[in-house]
Amino acid sequence: MDIRSHVSMVFHLDKCIGCHTCTVACKNIWTDRKGTEYMYWNNVETKPGTGYPTRWEDQEQYRGGWVLDEKGGKLKLRLQGKWGTLANIFYNPYLPSIDDYFEPWTYDYQNLFTAPEGDDQPTARAVSQITGRYMDTIEAGPNWDDDLGGSPVYADNDPNLDGATEEERRQIAEIDRTVFFYLPRICNHCLNPGCVAACPAGAIYKRAEDGIVLISQDKCRAWRMCISGCPYKKTYFNWSTGKSEKCILCYPRLESGQPPACFHSCVGRIRYIGLVLYDADMIQEAAMAPSDQLVDAQRAAIQDPFDPMVIAAARRNGIPDSKIQAAQNSPVYKFVKRWGLALPLHPDFRTLPMLFYVPPLGPVTSKMENGAYETVDAGAEGLAPMLAALDKSRVSLRYMASLFSAGNEDIVREVYYKLMAVRIYMRGKTVQDVTQAEVDEALALAGLSGSEAEAIFRLTSLPTYEERFVVPPMERETAIQAQFPDIDPLTRKASTGFGFREDPARRW
Amino acid sequence: MIDTLAFVVFPYVAVALVLIVTPYRYFSDRFSYSSFSSELLQRKGLFWGSVAWHYGVILILLAHLAALLAPGAWAALISEPTRLYVLEVTGLALALATVAGMVVLIGRRLFLPRVASVTTRWDWVVLFVLLAQVALGFWVALFYRWGSDWYLHTAVPWIVSLATLNPQTQFVASLPILVQIHMLGGFVLLALFPFTRLVHMITFPVTYLWRPYQVVIWNRRRRVVP
Ligand code: SF4
Ligand code: SF4
Repeated sequence: MDIRSHVSMVFHLDKCIGCHTCTVACKNIWTDRKGTEYMYWNNVETKPGTGYPTRWEDQEQYRGGWVLDEKGGKLKLRLQGKWGTLANIFYNPYLPSIDDYFEPWTYDYQNLFTAPEGDDQPTARAVSQITGRYMDTIEAGPNWDDDLGGSPVYADNDPNLDGATEEERRQIAEIDRTVFFYLPRICNHCLNPGCVAACPAGAIYKRAEDGIVLISQDKCRAWRMCISGCPYKKTYFNWSTGKSEKCILCYPRLESGQPPACFHSCVGRIRYIGLVLYDADMIQEAAMAPSDQLVDAQRAAIQDPFDPMVIAAARRNGIPDSKIQAAQNSPVYKFVKRWGLALPLHPDFRTLPMLFYVPPLGPVTSKMENGAYETVDAGAEGLAPMLAALDKSRVSLRYMASLFSAGNEDIVREVYYKLMAVRIYMRGKTVQDVTQAEVDEALALAGLSGSEAEAIFRLTSLPTYEERFVVPPMERETAIQAQFPDIDPLTRKASTGFGFREDPARRW
Repeated sequence: MIDTLAFVVFPYVAVALVLIVTPYRYFSDRFSYSSFSSELLQRKGLFWGSVAWHYGVILILLAHLAALLAPGAWAALISEPTRLYVLEVTGLALALATVAGMVVLIGRRLFLPRVASVTTRWDWVVLFVLLAQVALGFWVALFYRWGSDWYLHTAVPWIVSLATLNPQTQFVASLPILVQIHMLGGFVLLALFPFTRLVHMITFPVTYLWRPYQVVIWNRRRRVVP
């Protein structure tokens, strides 16, 4: 047992309103520099949809993440082996190009002031931020497919729908064209990161104490394998400095006790952050589990912070009590492990992502008949119409399973039973149009107790700032003491920090 | 006089620059210590340019180096005509690949605006010196037969004399001018090496082969975990 701590995250998708406030917060702080215009360390996608970069989930094209080699029983990067990396280093055949994102542009605003007098309004033409040339047609932008951009094309090309039936596809597009939900994405700070493994220079690393994955800008040599290695396409290549960059989980904010910017600014309050304790000895096993057991294997690696054995092992590994306490208060632990409500995005990529999602409840199957909106089971009695939301959801369970459980529909169904049971329980309490027998039936189906349902409701709907963001103490002072035992930590005060001592510019 | 300048002073200056500036840059500005990929901006042409160039030039450089370091074995290798022909034809083909690759690489930077926008003045210097050098090499190999043989009796003893601090210019002083330029071109590239993107050569990440996949850095204790 090798217990370590990890700053981990939950996004509650039922609460996401798709407003992109998180994106703007991140962009303004971290990626408003030349070369990073196209980077969205945080982005919000419309699902079903193609995402950013276009069809990032299609690993036939991008070759991200790991695959299990059935013969050898080994885990391999889907991209290539180590020799393959060195052989392909002069040209990475699977690298996305800027066109898979978009060519960043600004506008020639000056023209509005300087245009000669004429019969027409002057316009501000688009100018490429890369080449400085005029761009006549803009074909893609940062959230070009937002709310599906008024087109069926985006939903149709979602890689998760590759196996969908005609009926499933038809249901998605039934009422007023289509149904969708939002999927905000940041770096998952994976336990078995593909980006780290793919970097031949060893420039990407995971911080042992909190699990944050960072790219050393001084060690990055522009071999650009991480961009392919990450199946979530969350490392980006800065075309102006020739270095890869990615979400840093706002570690400078975490180190000063604040939640990351995108968490802090989230309007829907969908984001939770907290510490989890995990067993590093189980990483390999969890990453190599059969597809349908991936979620359970990852859950198993996350340990109970109240278990005396776990606490003892954590102490042995030098995890301070303040962190163990933070792990006990962690909302992430509750959502992921205690209640089993939050699932990893695409566990099938086998990177063990440490950002978990509570899947959204979709609208139920319905029809437009004679110009009227009809849910399928409208007339049925008891729990039936509510539970119909599961198997009759217009976004099928199969689709959700493709996103959140490597295709295992049972896991997604269990989560939905719980989400529904909480609703029915609260409806019984507040609206009181559900009988106690029905409430009990729903709770039994979900395997929840009334008090658990209550707790889930509270942490979902009424959490305070302190309940959503349990930012663990980073204990930098103990770290400094361990590195420099002879030095009084106070003498280091104000001498470490973040940022470049020099501009991140190429001077040679 | 001019011989001494060109074949003694200049090579020593070039090597001195490499020895002093290369580590200086590494320790003072590691951020810049890499090539500068343009693949994200423009994949077009890069495969045919970059792959042909790199594989061609690496093999050719290795051959130059092998003959320099083990002249005896090299002489034995080419003592049999068939082997000499095979070697020379392979060399010519590789040289052609490097020339073609470099032309493609230069063409990208000339004609594709996205790549042009990330091209510096030093990049142009490096590209044209490299093109001149490989084109000259190809020319020399084609019209001054058999290079793999006379190299052993001209450039090799000259470089050995430089390396042993007993510089002798007579091995190269009377060679045709194109051959001389090709030889000096090597030292021009050495002189350019520490100042330009050429430094990426020594950052080639071989250590990846034995490094564990995952890199974990501890704050509280020093340990690397597989
Ligand atoms: S999601 Fe983050 S940690 Fe995981 S592979 Fe991608 S960049 Fe690396
Ligand atoms: S955690 Fe910070 S760096 Fe990462 S996406 Fe959010 S705002 Fe950006």
